[in-house]
Amino acid sequence: MKPQRKVIVVGGGLGGLWSALRVAEAGFQVEIFSLFEVKRSHSVCAQGGINASIDTKGERDSVWQHIVDTLKGGAYLANQPPVKTMCEQAPGIIRTFERMGVTFSRTAEGLLDLRLFGGVKNRRTLFAGASTGQQLLYGVDQEIRRQEALGRVRKFEWWEFLSLVKDGQGICKGIVAMNLRTMDVKHFRADAVILASGGMGHVFGHRSTNSTNSTGAAACRAYQQGARFANCEFFQFHPTAMLGDDKTRLMSEAARGEGGRIWVPKDPAERRKPTRIPEQERYYFLEEWYPSYGNTVPRDLASRAIWKVVHEMGLGVGGEHKVYLDITHLNPGFIEQRLHAILDIYRKFHGTDPVHEPMEIYPSAHYAMGGLWVDFEKDENSGGLKAGSPRNHASSIPGLYACGECDYGYHGANRLGANSLLSASFSGRVAGEAVASYLEGLEAGLEAVPEHLYTDEVSRQQRLNQDLLRGGAENPYTLHHELGEIMSSQVGVVRDNATLKQAIDSLQGLAQRCRAVDLESNNSWSNQGLVYARQLQEMVRLGLVIASSALARDECRGAHYKPAFELTPPTDAYPGDPAYEVYREKWKQQNQQWLKTTITEHSTAGPRISFEQVDLSVLPPEEPRDYR
Amino acid sequence: MANTIELDIRRQDTPYSPPYWQRFSIPHRRGHNIVSALMVIREHPFTQEGKRVDPVAWEFNCMEEVCGACSMMINGRPRQACSTLVDSLEQPIRLEPLSKFPVVRDLMVDRSKIFNDLKRVRAWIEIDGAWDIHQGAPRISPVAWKENYLYSRCMSCGCCLEACPEYATEKDFVGPAALAAVRLMNSHPTGRYHRRQRLHAIMGDDGLSNCGNAQNCVRVCPKQIPLTTAIGELGRQTSLQLLRDLFGESE
Repeated sequence: MKPQRKVIVVGGGLGGLWSALRVAEAGFQVEIFSLFEVKRSHSVCAQGGINASIDTKGERDSVWQHIVDTLKGGAYLANQPPVKTMCEQAPGIIRTFERMGVTFSRTAEGLLDLRLFGGVKNRRTLFAGASTGQQLLYGVDQEIRRQEALGRVRKFEWWEFLSLVKDGQGICKGIVAMNLRTMDVKHFRADAVILASGGMGHVFGHRSTNSTNSTGAAACRAYQQGARFANCEFFQFHPTAMLGDDKTRLMSEAARGEGGRIWVPKDPAERRKPTRIPEQERYYFLEEWYPSYGNTVPRDLASRAIWKVVHEMGLGVGGEHKVYLDITHLNPGFIEQRLHAILDIYRKFHGTDPVHEPMEIYPSAHYAMGGLWVDFEKDENSGGLKAGSPRNHASSIPGLYACGECDYGYHGANRLGANSLLSASFSGRVAGEAVASYLEGLEAGLEAVPEHLYTDEVSRQQRLNQDLLRGGAENPYTLHHELGEIMSSQVGVVRDNATLKQAIDSLQGLAQRCRAVDLESNNSWSNQGLVYARQLQEMVRLGLVIASSALARDECRGAHYKPAFELTPPTDAYPGDPAYEVYREKWKQQNQQWLKTTITEHSTAGPRISFEQVDLSVLPPEEPRDYR
Repeated sequence: MANTIELDIRRQDTPYSPPYWQRFSIPHRRGHNIVSALMVIREHPFTQEGKRVDPVAWEFNCMEEVCGACSMMINGRPRQACSTLVDSLEQPIRLEPLSKFPVVRDLMVDRSKIFNDLKRVRAWIEIDGAWDIHQGAPRISPVAWKENYLYSRCMSCGCCLEACPEYATEKDFVGPAALAAVRLMNSHPTGRYHRRQRLHAIMGDDGLSNCGNAQNCVRVCPKQIPLTTAIGELGRQTSLQLLRDLFGESE
């Protein structure tokens, strides 16, 4: 009889739970580690929907079009075989969710309803009221609970992943984690580990739409132990986030889609209430700069325009980093019906009513396209992923897999709306199946791994805790504000090399200061300060990874915008025109040099950058993205 | 408006130590919610008398009232701290941990009982496996969807359980949240196949009949889930099930 194999999944969001489910269904034991009850993971925050081409609206939508939109939207930077298979299998993922009991919104016929989302022409987005992510997560959470009742899954909630344990050959064989109540540091053996630790928005401080636990710390710890990062310079900034001291909250694109207008007072010294500012003294800059799209330009263009008006023209409302998103001119009954979810959030968290007073918004760090590098195996017959290959979603450390937002797989240089719930679910499923194959091929059992490798790592982690607890003068919470300030203003929406170099210097200084924080405490029970201080160190390291990757890429692609290297299409020229064809040639030359995956490896001297070819076998890059 | 925010916070260092109160005062800022106010205290952990203390421990995550993490007693009422604006409250603001769950530290409590109860009532749909069988679940009418959707938004925050007079640490009553989950699962077109097991799980001791109909649950639910309607519907379902158990299943 084969020994009973065990898998550890770190993270209980959509990606983590899907992978755990597939590993458990393959007959292996699973242990899920999460910072909190898994039902509280950040996946619940996704509101809009999940993409799958099911073509039930008479629009001749196709899987191929979903593939094209995803690849072009990502400026061709994603490896194409995984994207192809993801889009092909999206309808099957939806059908599975439906069987799990997810309450997708329905048409009059009782069919799954679809809505239109940004960056595409056809209705392709399934949704469950205004809480799609929550409903999807709960669907898988219920199945995991059933697996728990069957004894195949065990949850370790309120545990923080600290590090991997590798055997003599460098193969991952378990983890070290800290109990967030008792603060005990312990090791856990496993035949394979799946990291599904989510996003890293809080590297940008409170200017992020992410949940407060989305620090990226777990992925960064794996990085320091040899896992490679990829494409970390690509971070999506959502243009219309509601401001907050604690975090920012997303005001969906729907507000602009339904007729919302973005403006600032023309006079930077303006201090009147917005409703008292006459029409001719308002600057509707998006409408002026993009006459054909107006307020509904894509996310990245809107974010850059807001950045420009605030930072370069100094026209932020009240001298601060904010602009107005105004729906007060629209019919109140209409917007109440169409924008209920947004109005609800704004009223609840801001205390004012957007029906009567313009909302104050600013671009905010929303989604990391980059993350842990993961492998894939291409099926030569289909051109997509090879089903069940143990290479799929394998990180650069043998035995360690990654899925969900913490990997870099599917979105290239920019993510389409409603593709994140899809990639989280799909990548989780693929990772789980890949791990099952990996375990089938394993010869030696865990008993072959010497005990001291585990206990040594536990001691190392305990020493790190003790070093931090020894104390210093810095306030970790204040340092986090500084980190957010550096990242948002110098590594944010608009980038240039001189500023990025400054940011790297500042981050190196911050990294030093993070080692001597004041954690004065009489209580060793549930020491949140210690946990926070450790996460902060990782966030600063991630900041360095992001800034270094951004510095290395001298071009504009997707969410990475360096105006000094901008290539713009000629005005009034379209495909076929000689001027446009000259532009197309330049664009292709740029791809020759820069259409490559950025790889970041940890070294004591700092992040080491290299580049890797992208698999472009599905849709060769012939057409530049053009939103005119 | 006052230029400071005063908070009285019930502290408890460990699950085994006695609670005590401390008062904090922070500068007023428009738009503060309870979590953002606690973040200010965490950064400057001094009581009103200027004494340096350990930062207050509490749970929070999404900050958009969808994860259910930050439940606590705010001026005597169970609420989500993230969506409770300071300016809507009388001061000093009293913060306490939920009382129906064991305190871990300060405002953090251990709510694992909620998730165990979901297991107890088998709140899941039985599927053969998480793979594509090339068809979805049967169709669902928009009317049925609308009712189900209300229940599917339960985020296991525990507010209803805190308010329920029958729910207690030392008692085993499953409580309104798990009951509403049974209502939801039983109405799914294939979830119905296993409603007998779910109904049996709530028909015995500590099940549906323990509800005293105080209706507190529905009043405090941050998601306005019609918990008492679910309990009413389950009353009918369990009565029918009782008859089926006596006279045999007809389906």
